[in-house]
Amino acid sequence: MAEIPAEQVQRRRRKVLEVRNLRVHYETPTGDVIAVAGIDFDLYDGETLGLVGESGSGKSTAAYGILKLVQPPGRIVEGDVTLDGDELVHMNDSSFRQIRWTKLALIPQGAMNSLNPTMRVHRQITDAIEAHEGKQDKEALRERVLELFRMVGLPQRVYNMFPHELSGGMKQRVCIAMGIALHPTVVIADESTSALDVVVQRVVAQTMLRVKQALGVSMIMIGHDMGLMAQMVDRIAVMYAGKLVEVAPVETIFDEPMHPYSQVLIESIPSLKERKPLKITEGITHDPRNPPPGCIFQLRCPHVMERCRSEAPPLRELLMRHEVACHLYNDDGSLIEGAKLEAAS
Amino acid sequence: MAPPVLEIRNATKVYRTSGGFLSPKKEVVALQDYSLTIEKQPASITTIAGESGSGKTTLANVVLGFTPLTSGQILFHGQDLATMNRRQLLHYRRNVQAVFQDPFGVYNPFYRIEHVFHTVIRHFKLAESESQMRDMIEEALNVVGLHGVDVLRKYPHQLSGGQRQRIMMARVYLIKPEVIVADEPVSMVDASLRAAILEAMLGLRDELGVSFLYITHDLSTAYQVGDRINILYQGSVAETGTTVQVIDRPQHPYVQLLVDSVPAPDPAEKWDTEIELPDEEVLRSATSTGCRFYPRCPQRMDRCLEALPPLYDIDGRGHEAACYLYEDEAQMASAP
Ligand SMILES: Nc1ncnc2c1ncn2[C@@H]1O[C@H](COP(=O)(O)OP(=O)(O)OP(=O)(O)O)[C@@H](O)[C@H]1O
Ligand SMILES: Nc1ncnc2c1ncn2[C@@H]1O[C@H](COP(=O)(O)OP(=O)(O)O)[C@@H](O)[C@H]1O
Ligand code: SF4
Ligand code: SF4
Ligand SMILES: [Mg+2]
Ligand SMILES: [Mg+2]
Repeated sequence: MAEIPAEQVQRRRRKVLEVRNLRVHYETPTGDVIAVAGIDFDLYDGETLGLVGESGSGKSTAAYGILKLVQPPGRIVEGDVTLDGDELVHMNDSSFRQIRWTKLALIPQGAMNSLNPTMRVHRQITDAIEAHEGKQDKEALRERVLELFRMVGLPQRVYNMFPHELSGGMKQRVCIAMGIALHPTVVIADESTSALDVVVQRVVAQTMLRVKQALGVSMIMIGHDMGLMAQMVDRIAVMYAGKLVEVAPVETIFDEPMHPYSQVLIESIPSLKERKPLKITEGITHDPRNPPPGCIFQLRCPHVMERCRSEAPPLRELLMRHEVACHLYNDDGSLIEGAKLEAAS
Repeated sequence: MAPPVLEIRNATKVYRTSGGFLSPKKEVVALQDYSLTIEKQPASITTIAGESGSGKTTLANVVLGFTPLTSGQILFHGQDLATMNRRQLLHYRRNVQAVFQDPFGVYNPFYRIEHVFHTVIRHFKLAESESQMRDMIEEALNVVGLHGVDVLRKYPHQLSGGQRQRIMMARVYLIKPEVIVADEPVSMVDASLRAAILEAMLGLRDELGVSFLYITHDLSTAYQVGDRINILYQGSVAETGTTVQVIDRPQHPYVQLLVDSVPAPDPAEKWDTEIELPDEEVLRSATSTGCRFYPRCPQRMDRCLEALPPLYDIDGRGHEAACYLYEDEAQMASAP
């Protein structure tokens, strides 16, 4: 591995985004769904953080929370989000609107299905640019759109097409182009390459990394493709039922996952190297309105202990840059006495 | 011998695009002279893979009768879909079911999830009593790792993408059709639950004899569950064979690129080369006569521009590739 220059190391220690105790609930007639149950993490300058977890674990909701885009019946219950020193959650709406998209952009999950069907592709992008930067020279705008197309690997013919004339992969790339159009500081990409085939996915993934480098963007990539995560991100945050259960550098998560859920996640990655029987893990979680007291993973955990049923494990930094929320470990990262992890690692 | 449950014969689908600036009106051949046979016995999972725009969803749409073929035939137990009467069509629709890429559009946003199940149970008269209906729904939900109490009273937008996808699998489980066309059924689901859906597919195949057209760009799940695989490139088959043959020993230069692009789930094995997509204009203009992969092919020859390469048999065991590299050493699998 190449030596990282000192200047870059410095930069990498600067936090661009700090999320503290973010909690988002959805109100339902039978009680609040606790979609994000108080999460803490930092995003460092120039880094790509992968946010993984199963469907319904609250990844998208966390993104909406950070961007204050939570729609009723959802609401941000508490928490602080700081971007480049500015506190966002309590900022007034007009100041926040200025920041959103220009400093903090979201490429939403399934964005490709929310393109305006009656508007040609280039208009959707130029409208987004002009909405934030004001009226612009037509020719310059056209150049800018075509440059964005090149960045995301879209053919020029798409310029004048309507969304329904594009394949799913092309629509997704239009959305990525919109997300980076205003050169934001932080981009949150929610499952942005999930609908793409591998060759295009690879091109788009590499393009995102290149754009990220060129524009100095920091990125949160939400997804569930662990293969892609391995290729793209610097650190991984694993989410389960609204909580972060483990946060560590990507190599650590793959080589030495410590949380039992992360271990399941790593073990169930399908491989092209051997055809092996599917590893089924119980897919049933608790009622999200009514989480059990104690650890949120207890219903599926192969190592559950008495203590797990009453006391929720906090996210602790057990080893350097390796945070885990599990009672199996002492503060120094060693296994507690009597714990057996034989089948897990 | 009984006719196959589903047979696609020389299917071609041409879309006409609107045109405008930079893009004159033109035709897009989304599917070209495509053939596929699915036998009744044994039930099988046939993977249709290929890049975005290669015609996978188009294939699903024509099989499901959502859009007519430009030419060619789709036969169900020997009968042409195009000549079916209303009653036969109803029978066809029941027996050839779909699970979509993004199922959100399938749901009515104003009805609770239970409505999806009640509708299909009533429509196909699957249950005799309320309690039988409840049991059937619960069983189907459990197959995909869900509980009725958690999801039935919710509205579609209150579920995550993966939860909606699993509900669609549960729905087709109730109908028990002969063929399921599954367009990217696991693309929104994470690894630990993906196995549950794939396992549900295997269960339907082995216990109920349901065959699948499994449309995906995810070669690693296809590798785990698929019996045969068909790799499409710009509307035609580039390579076909058993899943293991094709993924372990890809022969067509495009398929080699495809298999090579699957991200290794190992941060120590990072992509070491950048790949580029060629400009689409170049890509399409050069391909009107010859091999459609020509503009991107590292092994292209003059010969490749003459005509679309037919499928050549690689090893005499059903592994075929549409590439002139195999012209000499192989006998032709299908006469042109
Ligand atoms: N209604 C339409 N009008 C014009 N062109 C279309 C239409 N539908 C699809 N196409 C074109 O047909 C080709 C195949 O599209 P299709 O949606 O079948 O691809 P796909 O393999 O499913 O891609 P993805 O994996 O991205 O969904 C593409 O070039 C697309 O632009
Ligand atoms: N509008 C809503 N109303 C009620 N519950 C919701 C709503 N949107 C999401 N949820 C619930 O919140 C949880 C987290 O969902 P989501 O953030 O979409 O998960 P992910 O993105 O990780 O798949 C799930 O239990 C989901 O059913
Ligand atoms: S705290 Fe207990 S139940 Fe939770 S993951 Fe650790 S061992 Fe399992
Ligand atoms: S036929 Fe020619 S151009 Fe096409 S894939 Fe084979 S070698 Fe390449
Ligand atoms: Mg999501
Ligand atoms: Mg498709």
